[in-house]
Amino acid sequence: MANLSKLATNDGHGENSPYFDGWKAYDENPYHPINNPNGVIQMGLAENQLSFDLIQEWIQKNPKASICTKEGIFSFKDIAIFQDYHGLPEFRHAMVKFMGQVRGDRVTFDPNRIVMGGGATGASEILMFCLADPGDAFLVPSPSYPAFDRDLRWRTRLQLIPVPCSSANDFQLEREALEEAYKKAQQANIRVKGLILANPSNPLGTLMSKDALTTLVSFINEKNIHLVCDEIYSATIFHQPEFVSISEVIQDPNVVCNKDLIHIIYSLSKDMGLPGFRVGIVYSYNDAVVACARKMSSFGLVSSQTQHLLALMLSDKEFVARYLEENAKRLAKRHMLFTKGLEEVGISCLRSNAGLFVWMDLRRLLSEPTLEGEMKLWRIIINDVKLNVSPGSSFHCCEPGWFRVCFANMDDHTMEVALQRIQSFVDQKNESLVKSEVLVIKDNKRRQKSLCLNFTASRLDESVNMSTRVMSPHSPLASLANGSNQDLNRTHQGLK
Amino acid sequence: MRPLSRKATCNSHGQDSSYFLGWQEYEKRPYDAVRNPTGIIQMGLAENQLSFDLLESWLAANPDAASFKGNGESIFRELALFQDYHGLPAFKKALTEFMSEIRRNKVNFDPTNLVLTAGATSANETLIFCLAEEGEAFLLPTPYYPGFDRDLKWRTGAEIVPIECHSSNGFKITQAALDDAYEAAQKRNLRVKGVLITNPSNPLGTTLTREELNLLLNFVNAKDIHLISDEIYSGTVFNSPGFISVMEVVRDLKLENTDVWNQVHIVYSLSKDLGLPGFRVGAIYSNNDAVVSAATKMSSFGLISSQTQYLLSALLSDKNFTKNYIKENQRRLRRRQEMLVNGLRNVGIECLQSNAGLFCWVDMRHLMSSNTFEGEMELWKKILYDVRLNISAGGSCHCSEPGWFRVCFSNMTEDTLNLSMQRLKNFVNSMNSSSSQSHHQRMKNSRRRSLTKWVLRLSFSDREPEER
Repeated sequence: MANLSKLATNDGHGENSPYFDGWKAYDENPYHPINNPNGVIQMGLAENQLSFDLIQEWIQKNPKASICTKEGIFSFKDIAIFQDYHGLPEFRHAMVKFMGQVRGDRVTFDPNRIVMGGGATGASEILMFCLADPGDAFLVPSPSYPAFDRDLRWRTRLQLIPVPCSSANDFQLEREALEEAYKKAQQANIRVKGLILANPSNPLGTLMSKDALTTLVSFINEKNIHLVCDEIYSATIFHQPEFVSISEVIQDPNVVCNKDLIHIIYSLSKDMGLPGFRVGIVYSYNDAVVACARKMSSFGLVSSQTQHLLALMLSDKEFVARYLEENAKRLAKRHMLFTKGLEEVGISCLRSNAGLFVWMDLRRLLSEPTLEGEMKLWRIIINDVKLNVSPGSSFHCCEPGWFRVCFANMDDHTMEVALQRIQSFVDQKNESLVKSEVLVIKDNKRRQKSLCLNFTASRLDESVNMSTRVMSPHSPLASLANGSNQDLNRTHQGLK
Repeated sequence: MRPLSRKATCNSHGQDSSYFLGWQEYEKRPYDAVRNPTGIIQMGLAENQLSFDLLESWLAANPDAASFKGNGESIFRELALFQDYHGLPAFKKALTEFMSEIRRNKVNFDPTNLVLTAGATSANETLIFCLAEEGEAFLLPTPYYPGFDRDLKWRTGAEIVPIECHSSNGFKITQAALDDAYEAAQKRNLRVKGVLITNPSNPLGTTLTREELNLLLNFVNAKDIHLISDEIYSGTVFNSPGFISVMEVVRDLKLENTDVWNQVHIVYSLSKDLGLPGFRVGAIYSNNDAVVSAATKMSSFGLISSQTQYLLSALLSDKNFTKNYIKENQRRLRRRQEMLVNGLRNVGIECLQSNAGLFCWVDMRHLMSSNTFEGEMELWKKILYDVRLNISAGGSCHCSEPGWFRVCFSNMTEDTLNLSMQRLKNFVNSMNSSSSQSHHQRMKNSRRRSLTKWVLRLSFSDREPEER
């Protein structure tokens, strides 16, 4: 029988990883406050569900934004035919207005540089196709978004080289680490074409300072490689310090930079909580990249119906200002509730001021400070505590014991339940830790040996050298959709 | 070091062809009945603009589908979050049923074998990514849709080898043409992974015959390769013979338990049948689980907006609507096609007899100054710049014979179509009179020569024939 391509049959999609157990556990036993109160709570999905009411209200007040209402239907035909890959001009203009507003209007974007992609997923892949050839590499500071492995490498056939960051300095990106990774690549005859990172960071929820970005720019300029900044969490900042976009850095006259090397990825999936609408943006300062990416956007244009809706919504400056402010408040509240609740049981998180998640430090709960220890703890959290959280190794984190936990994809009550479960689990663990420590101390007194941790460099290397087994963030299992689909299915029977 | 990728700097995107250049010229001076009556009329864009009123009246009667409501309750939140690449189940169900209806229910489709993509553009590229390595080839009958050069080859690195079809038999696919194409691929050291057909054909506007489909199935079976059938015009068949889907033939030939069952894949879209190219609705249908699985994962790079899936699932679930739409749309297309065919015939231009599509395949060989592709380009430019009609030259569709053009008829009003026929008539008439002038001139010259010959013999001179 005629076979399929290697792409179709290899693991490049990243979904064969063991981390899938988390999704499966949730899928088979999803939490529901009434129907299944003992089910698994989903805390592995970085969604922003806190501010839908604001968007819904706007939609109700602006029926013209829909091409199907009687107020908007006069636009139906023109919009339905519109497949120009330049995108609706009003959509591009609204997009740059919005992006400018998110950055406090400290930057003005050019609507002619806005290129669409099928979500940030499609947009990232397009950029890679434009910037690098098969076999070329991109540097990626880790911990990093797991699906980069699929989005940036699968069909493009690129390589990704992690640039590890450590908790020793709060996972900040160090120039030395960059230089080291670059040098190693050169020695291995791997051609590095660029560096990609998410700022604000996923999974850390932290921002890069202006100084850090300036250092980064100096590095990529010196090496003459591209810099791709994924800024899809730019409107999820809920505390000081303010977000500094790469776009601000390069307009600083004191910063020397070849603008042809700078590219931004954007999306509305996190800031506006609209992942279903598939709005991805490539914004490049390089004219040739804009031209090429635009042609490639044919493979993932944004539905004109959606462009039209968003063109009106995002150009409503007042609404946007209110939304940004209120959304930030709600995220701040959630974040505070969650981190305080964790502190009560002695769990700390990396200090963060952005994103839809926290980077939780569970190192002291590991039975051993290794990848195996992390996996063991993770399975307990899924199967016993019944929370789907994401283990640090799925983000290529080189230190075991860190977990990303999402807090914005559930209601207040579910959040409380999740906190309670964590608190009881930790309390139990504390008890048993104390017990085992007591035993060990007794044992030591007998043997007069000292406690030591088996924390060797070789074990760290194991996790760094782990293959590309990562979890898909897209909840791909059909039954996950069934929860919401049942509602959607019911509604269709009600229609003619 | 080269700053950008090879893909970014080559021209495999195919946009340097005349197909796109004509488009660009149109953009500079587009026709408008009021604001620019001498502008270029767009006849190079295969859009179906004839039946929007049917869609609009359905929308007016179904406000809930429009406003994120189901059963009166808001489902906005669910839709906003829905990014599952398995797609909205209700939409897939409605879409597969619509596909069956178009095929007169001779084929039943299983929604779990359907993969949703952002337009047929994405569907075709995704299928190639799943079926071919870089450097492997797909065979395509010529002439074919110019966008295939980009969609099938650009980012995938695959190759296209043409299956040459000729006007001598109405551009039908023959065994000889298939064999020649396969051999040509071998000579180029290209491994053939499959055949891709468009049925109904773009640009021919014809449906494949059962014989051709049998031929193709036997061929792919013998060579152990895939068959992709791009059926995006299946709902535009307005005349007999009716549409026969490759899947229908597979079942008729009882190939369900053979390898071929897993090697035939269909591409669909709502851009032509429903006239909704802006909504980016494409789909891959395959009985091959591995293909469905791989394509589903790849669809992450181009999912359909959830609000669009929801709107269309409501629309297509309304069986009264779909039944009426399919029939009425086809009736309007038939009428339009007849207008164009008759209009052209009135100026001595014939079309390939067609029963589908949004365009005609027009024979303008007799209007070329030379029977070459240069002659074709010369004629195309005249039609673009002088007659101010943007039509598509056969060369851009990889036709092996010069002089054929694709002319679209459903993306404009009746008045505009009539105007385009008027302009063409003027053009052809002026060509005829100038060619009869030059014919007359040649006659004059030859008479002069014979006169000179004869004057020595005769004592009287001929009178010049009167100028027409």
